[in-house]
Amino acid sequence: MITRTDIEKLASLARIRLSEKEKSLFPEEINSVLGYVEQIKNADASNAKALQKETVYNVMREDINPDESGVHTKDIVDEFPKKEGNYLKVKNIL
Amino acid sequence: MTETSGFLTSNGMAIDLTDLTIDKAHKHLKSRDFSAMELADAYLEVIEKKNPEINAYLEIYDDVKKQAQQAQEIFESKEENIVTGIPLAIKDNILIKGKQASAASKILEGYTATYTATAAHKLIEKGAVFLGRANMDEFAMGSSTETSAFGVTKNPRDLSRVPGGSSGGSAAAVAMGGALAALGSDTGGSIRQPASFCGCIGLKPTYGTVSRYGLMAMGSSLDVIGPITKTVADAEIIFKAICGKDKYDSTSISGSINAVSPKKEYIIGIPREILEIEGIDKDVKENFEASIKKFESLGFKTKEISLSNIAYALASYYILMPAEVSSNLARFDGVKYGLHKKGANLLEDYLNTRGEGFGVEARRRILLGTYVLSAGYYDAYYNKANDVRRLIADDFENVFKNVDIIITPTTPTPAFKIGEKVNDPLSMYLADIFTVTANIVGIPALSIPSGAVIREEKELPLGLQLMAPHRGEHSLFMVGSQFLGE
Repeated sequence: MITRTDIEKLASLARIRLSEKEKSLFPEEINSVLGYVEQIKNADASNAKALQKETVYNVMREDINPDESGVHTKDIVDEFPKKEGNYLKVKNIL
Repeated sequence: MTETSGFLTSNGMAIDLTDLTIDKAHKHLKSRDFSAMELADAYLEVIEKKNPEINAYLEIYDDVKKQAQQAQEIFESKEENIVTGIPLAIKDNILIKGKQASAASKILEGYTATYTATAAHKLIEKGAVFLGRANMDEFAMGSSTETSAFGVTKNPRDLSRVPGGSSGGSAAAVAMGGALAALGSDTGGSIRQPASFCGCIGLKPTYGTVSRYGLMAMGSSLDVIGPITKTVADAEIIFKAICGKDKYDSTSISGSINAVSPKKEYIIGIPREILEIEGIDKDVKENFEASIKKFESLGFKTKEISLSNIAYALASYYILMPAEVSSNLARFDGVKYGLHKKGANLLEDYLNTRGEGFGVEARRRILLGTYVLSAGYYDAYYNKANDVRRLIADDFENVFKNVDIIITPTTPTPAFKIGEKVNDPLSMYLADIFTVTANIVGIPALSIPSGAVIREEKELPLGLQLMAPHRGEHSLFMVGSQFLGE
């Protein structure tokens, strides 16, 4: 069972500030979903590994610039919330 | 479904939007019965009249006339394609460079796309006309369009009901006669379920056949772009226009779009056990039985089949999807684009931006995903769900040795009332019970109208879902169009 404390911990891991109302509603709502999805524990997956098909593989490409330098710069810089020239401005991290 | 409009063209010909299909519109455009500009105007007029109430569109683009003029020029130079000049709606999570795209979230309000999604690009370069961006559940998370930060979309068939979701705006745009077809995205039913609720056709293509480049990621192993249309033939036209291997999406696949060769007869598989699941409307069951009889009367062979692990499909979906959501939505942090809410330090910037930017369903799923991926629960939830995914895929592979198509109802109920399920997440999630499987397995699925039920004197459409093996879109088109008598 997920408690209010668990929800606060998850929210802090996920970098989301929750309202007091959400802190009291979410445990019940998420527990009801977990109660439903827990039924997968009943599935017999003992042969699942044997069913693994070779469909997953790495896709590689040359480590080169796909576009000429600067062609997208203005569009992308225009979306920065804070900038100085063509630089993205962020807060001190240390 | 739609209204006959009184649009008179310069030739004095009325454009009948009700019966218009892509193929018919193309023929009219080609024989100059009306121009691409006149066709676009006819749709803009319907939108102006109906959208204020229905809220299918979040924005009508300011360059529709220009797009239509360019389409007309393509016709004048005789370089037209079947989609040239066709007026379309686009879901708000698919990017067109220079236009806003918000995924119906406050965290991206005002964001202008810096590149164009491959699926949209393929239509634009052929001269299709995008009328505007369609409302949706926030970041495609929902089955009713009620989680949109910009207001619910109403079902054109009954304004007190939801249009379904998450591509509810796309389906409502087509159903109200405000677009000839629309692009949506489908992670667990988000094209098929609203198509069913609004009486349209909805195609979820095989995973990877349509590039996800420029589609805002929700569940990357599940997401696919597809069409919502008025006919199966139109769905095929749009699908063929947008599919193909894309160097910008390494999960996209190449190969013939007719990988499963046409057959003389198609065998329809019926997983009758799924009708035993709790919460399926009595009328939906009756309609499903009637559809089986209709197939038989059309000369199709039907066969009872059993998919032993299908009962676990929804449970594994609601583990895998939130896990992928919590990872994919980590990029929305207010640093590089979108909403930015200041705090005392960087951590507070994140907390404030994501706290205010994401709506309640997005937060709920991010927390759920964070939980199932956390140390100590990872094996019990995420790994087990991946194992179950393999079991379900294996079940389908085995069943498809004996049948060509598997049918189920698209949804367990007809369109529900606005507000009916919004405060009960689990009951909302159960609306996806028949549709999530195709995403888990990666196979194509088509929802087609299969009749209607009467609720409070309103006729509400029901949908039938057809599923085919990987790359079996052609079988879906063949069988779907025969069922509908197209």
